[in-house]
Order: sequence, then C-alpha cells, then structure tokens
Amino acid sequence: MAMKGKNCVAIAADRRFGVQLMTLSTDFQKIFEINPRTYIGLPGLATDVQTLSELFRFKTNLYKLREERDISPKTFSHMVSSTLYEKRFGNYFCEPVIAGIEKDGSPYICSMDLLGCINHAKDFVVSGTASSQMYGTAEGLWEPELEPEELFETIAQAMMSAVDRDASSGWGVIVHVITQDGVMTKTLKARMD
Amino acid sequence: MLDLSFLPSGRGGAVTDLPDDQDDAQTFAMDAAAFSHPSFVLPSVADPVAWMKHQMSDAAENRIKMAKGTTTLAFKFKDGIIVAVDSRATGGTYIASQSVKKIIEINPYLLGTMAGGAADCSYWERELGRRCRVYELRNKERISVAAASKLLSNMVYAYKGMGLSMGTMVVGWDKTGPALFYVDSDGQRLKGDLFSVGSGSTFAYGVLDSGYHCNLSIEEAIDLGRRSIYHATFRDAASGGSVLIYHVRQDGWQVISRTDVTELHYQYAEEPRPSLL
Repeated sequence: MAMKGKNCVAIAADRRFGVQLMTLSTDFQKIFEINPRTYIGLPGLATDVQTLSELFRFKTNLYKLREERDISPKTFSHMVSSTLYEKRFGNYFCEPVIAGIEKDGSPYICSMDLLGCINHAKDFVVSGTASSQMYGTAEGLWEPELEPEELFETIAQAMMSAVDRDASSGWGVIVHVITQDGVMTKTLKARMD
Repeated sequence: MLDLSFLPSGRGGAVTDLPDDQDDAQTFAMDAAAFSHPSFVLPSVADPVAWMKHQMSDAAENRIKMAKGTTTLAFKFKDGIIVAVDSRATGGTYIASQSVKKIIEINPYLLGTMAGGAADCSYWERELGRRCRVYELRNKERISVAAASKLLSNMVYAYKGMGLSMGTMVVGWDKTGPALFYVDSDGQRLKGDLFSVGSGSTFAYGVLDSGYHCNLSIEEAIDLGRRSIYHATFRDAASGGSVLIYHVRQDGWQVISRTDVTELHYQYAEEPRPSLL
C-alpha cells in the first residue's frame, strides 16, 4: 500500500511469507529501495518478488551509469511496466506498488497489474491479498495534505486494520515515509496470528 | 450406493424405519419421533448424494463454499481432560470473526469442539444435547460419553456424502471416568487420550506431543494446551484470535481462561529459550 501526503509519500507492507495457510517466515522483504527517493513494493509470488527486485536493481544501476543521475519515480514506473509487459505471454505473478518524490518535490505513487498496466491515484494505491480490506481502511482514514508524521499514523493504522481481516497477511508491518530530507522506516508491533 | 430410504424424503416428515412386526406401531412412532432428530428437506432428485456431490465440486456453477480453518485439541491426563481451541472464523482468507466460541457446552458434563462447518457443528452438537437430555429423562441416569459420541456419529452418518463438514471431539466425565472421542462427518469415531483437529492441528500436535505425558499437573497441562494452540495460530493462517481453555473433572467442566494470542506471543517471546545442546 502507498499513500500521498504533503511533500511526502509513504509505502507499507506486511512481513509474512507463506504457502497457502502455512506461514514460513515473518521477516520477508517485499519493499525495496531503488534510490533514496524511490521505493517499490512487490507483493505476489515470492520467487518473482526476488527475481524482479534483482532485475530492477540491475536495470536502475545501468540507467544510473548511462544517465549519471538517479531514475525518477515516474520514469522508473514505466521501466517496471515495460518489464512486466515483456512477459505478456508468460507473466510474473506480481502487482507492484511504487512510491517516490519527484525532482520538483512532488509526491508520486502508482500501482500496476501483473502485466504492467499503470494506475495513478491522487490519494493512495493498494495491492495484494488484503487489497479489499486496504481500500476500506484507507478510504476511511486518508485525508489530503498530510504531514509526514500524520501520514505515518494514517498508513500504519490503515495497514494494521486491513491485515487483521486477512488470514494470509500480517505477522508484522513495515512502513517507509519518504520526504525530500530522507526516509523514515519503522517496523510495527502487530498481531502474530 | 448408499441406501438413504430410511431418511424422510421430499417435503420431509417422520422417520419411517419401523420394524416390520410392529404390534404397537402408534406408540413406537411417537417414541421414534421424540428420540429422532428433526428431518431436513432433501433435494428432490433421484440420487441426492450424487446431486450434492456435484453441487460441491469445482465444476458446479454456484459452488458451495464453507467456513473452515481451525485448531482444536483435547487430551486426557491424571486430573481429567484439557480442551483448548482458537477463536478465528474464516471465509476463504477473509477473517469473519476473531471471537468464536468453538467449545460447545452440551450439558454440565459434556463438551463438544468445533472444526469444519460452523453451522454443522453448532446444529448437530445442539441436537446431541437435546438427545442426551431425552436419554437422561428416560433412563434416570446420565448418558455415557461413548454413547453420546455414538449418537452424534450415527446422526451425521445418515447424511454422509451430502456435504456435512465437521471434525469434533466429544469430551466428558461419566461412570467410567474421563472420556474423549473424536467424531467426524465421514462417520469416523475414535476413542483416544489425545487429539487435535483442524487446519492447525499438525502444528498443535508438534508442541503437544513433545510436552505430553499422563502425569502432568493441572497447571502444566493447561499451559501445554495453551502453548500448542498459540503455536498453531502462529503458523496456521486460518487459526487465531484467542485461546479458550476448559478443564473437565469429575464434577463437570470448568472454564479456565480465554487469552488473546497477541498477549501470549509477546509473553512467550520474553521467556528464555533452552539451549539445544
């Protein structure tokens, strides 16, 4: 899940990795730093999550060498989109969420389906098994022009309530709030069932 | 093929399995009606079992899906029986409730646990309670746990193949002492000292088996039951909420505790772990 605030964005995910009903690990990384102002969340099939995170690391490193600058969140989201569509007839099972701050300081968020169709939103985007629950909580809690601290509280409460209504999410929540000055990362104490 | 002719068919009605040489058919019919369970309208097709089987298969357009996913356990030890369950209800992966009572109080000496279809378990165990009361009034003594569990198993066996889903333990204290039976909707009925039922049962067994012995003190037994359910809620996504524990003794059952598993998680995390070597 990602949310826009005033000159800031937040991205959050749960920490569960499991096969159907069985929980295998509770410290699984689903959000990856692309650069200090761009983060990507990759919910979906674990093998594709890791393959894609490595692939994007490779692609953005090449981009940086060629352009001598960090990739912007918007450009990066199109890179992700093309990467997914390249596998149109044998796709990755992953629906990414991207959050970042543009060069001009404006917040950027988007989500994508597993073939790379980009969805832009002015408020928040969600993805994963608890997406219906997240729509509900985020719709209820989000307000425009939130300061970073308020945005953290909003996304944290929205995530915690959402994963508590989904059996296949939870076991801890991680939140990143991205501002122009840097990133604040917090791991939340959550229900472990 | 199963012979279901003894079941009331079509619009329902009284059970008709009367003996052939019946002198006093009227009295017997009344007795049978009082002692039998209410009848259900069966699908009016030639072969209800085959029809229901299709309705519940993946091929059916409107597939009947039911709430499943649970961890329940019960074990005998020197001071009675401990029954422990989780409290989560799920529909698919959606968590419908975190506060379900999965231990059903049949009467002051009998408990039933709930796993599988919630409605099936609560209905048939309530019906079992009624039949146990009828037995008591007729025979002027309490029903044994063996007999009670057999009543349940016979009732659900009559509907075998028609989609009932229940895995239950019938627990109590009778003339013979503490008794524990596993009964399921396939018609299986087992007597035993230790059972765990539900999607989280394998995880619960892991903890339970490593800590179980007959001479556990009451406190140790309660803690073992609680830990087993907690560990199942941690690993099994379909189990969670809180741990409810009952203790069955000669004078009937007692509620021991109801604890949110989040509380247990952080409490157990504080405990020192024994080294493996």
